[in-house]
Amino acid sequence: MLEAPAIAALTILVLALFVGVEVISKVPPLLHTPLMSGSNAVSGITVVGAILLAGSENNPLATWLGFAAVVFATVNVVGGFLVTNRMLAMFKKNPKSDK
Amino acid sequence: MSTTLIQFAYLVASVLFILGLRNLSSPRTASMGNQMAAMGMLIAIVATLLVQGVVDYSVVIAGLVVGSLIGAIAATRIQMTDMPQMVALLNGFGGAASVLVAGAEVSSRITAGDEPSGIVPGAIVASVLIGGLTLTGSLIAFAKLQELMRGAPIQYPAQQYVNALIGLVTLGTCVALAMAPLDLQLFAILTALALLLGILLVIPIGGADMPVVIALLNSYSGLAACATGFVLDNSALVISGSLVGASGLILTKIMCDAMNRSLGNVLFGAFGAQSATVSVAGDGADQGTATAYTPIDAAVIFSNARSVIVVPGYGMAVAQAQHAVRELTDTLAANGMEVNFAIHPVAGRMPGHMNVLLAEADVPYERLVEMDEINPRFPETDVVLVLGANDVVNPAAREDESSPIYGMPVLEVDRAQHVFVIKRSMNPGFAGIQNPLFFKENTMMIFGDAKKVVIELNDAVKNY
Repeated sequence: MLEAPAIAALTILVLALFVGVEVISKVPPLLHTPLMSGSNAVSGITVVGAILLAGSENNPLATWLGFAAVVFATVNVVGGFLVTNRMLAMFKKNPKSDK
Repeated sequence: MSTTLIQFAYLVASVLFILGLRNLSSPRTASMGNQMAAMGMLIAIVATLLVQGVVDYSVVIAGLVVGSLIGAIAATRIQMTDMPQMVALLNGFGGAASVLVAGAEVSSRITAGDEPSGIVPGAIVASVLIGGLTLTGSLIAFAKLQELMRGAPIQYPAQQYVNALIGLVTLGTCVALAMAPLDLQLFAILTALALLLGILLVIPIGGADMPVVIALLNSYSGLAACATGFVLDNSALVISGSLVGASGLILTKIMCDAMNRSLGNVLFGAFGAQSATVSVAGDGADQGTATAYTPIDAAVIFSNARSVIVVPGYGMAVAQAQHAVRELTDTLAANGMEVNFAIHPVAGRMPGHMNVLLAEADVPYERLVEMDEINPRFPETDVVLVLGANDVVNPAAREDESSPIYGMPVLEVDRAQHVFVIKRSMNPGFAGIQNPLFFKENTMMIFGDAKKVVIELNDAVKNY
């Protein structure tokens, strides 16, 4: 059987999936590319786990794997948020119409 | 910092992620949403750095600096037309991070003699499998988009059987690793198999199906992060991972619906390779002849038009024609015409590709109209300008039951008064399907590079 923490994490997973579906369904096709790059940056949250493994007292293999993970995940986070920001800054309203 | 405080920081970060994604529902609030999500990430990272478990900052800081530099340079240098490649690569990096974290955790547990129990072994397997195939699958998608390799489906004899066999071996290895999660050798074997599987699954998928593949890999990168969350018992990873997983799945479904195909058909159908042979019967003389016109001819028609709809496709991206198109539409608007853009969900190589390009060229976003909204307007439209789009305007999808794309929702451009199609040649599109639109009476073909033709067209309209 699964222990209590695993059940708690599964509960979080299922609820987060529902929230995700609800929230993402409202994103218009206009913004689907920024949605992908932005959500990609969010999935770079793996960096948190990578930091814990790279930074704690560990054997060299774990430290180096952790280091590589920190690099990849940080590229994801920084690259993802910056490129999304760059794209979103381009979406402008027509200055003549004021809808 | 205590564990409770860190859990609290992760909760704040998760809330910011959700609010950030919610703000993406409107272009007015989207920028703020992205910044909220970035703030959430910063909070999560800073809180983690302050954990007592982190004793060696040099490795961590080095990793953060290197990653930030690469990310920042890539994000500022990348051209908007290359955005699909960028997203593909980022997906892959997400997958790589998950595999590496799982590996580091296993190695660390071996040293500590800490045998994982409960859900953790399964989560390790999932991190490796999903993360690994996301990495190589994304790299192949990147190579196809960057044209480092052929965009057409790559097939070989008994492909399905080979894939099925490797799939079975992978499944077996998954079970073995789940039972002995601290076996580094098994871990390495499963990693290799997952990497191989990622390659094998994406090479038979054609270039025009890349929007689906990228959306699906986007989802996988989230699910991999989620699995890693279970490995580390970290709620921030579980929440963020499942948000991204859900997002990618929704986009995948939207893309599949827009092509009227099932996900299975996209992944295993090798579309484009088979249809090229199917459509031979429809080629040639019985279609009538397509007539070539010049931009000057087009200017005459434009001079009498009041409403114009531009339909952009991948060809516009390839030719980098978005700025030229904006200038043309400015000229048309200055002559009193109403100009809009019709955006098909799968136009381009990733969801929303055309919108980003046109936004880059300063086209106001109200002018970018979705398919369902603009289709009823075509009969009242004087001129449609199809620019490097093909399958998404193919009337065979409505009329020809034998067509491989029959049933796919398309932009009904042929219902307009006049249709100009700017195209390099008469070659069929990526799906390899002939397009009866080119042979219709109200269709006029202008052959040439999209950007060059649009510039000539703009001059012709100005001087008319």
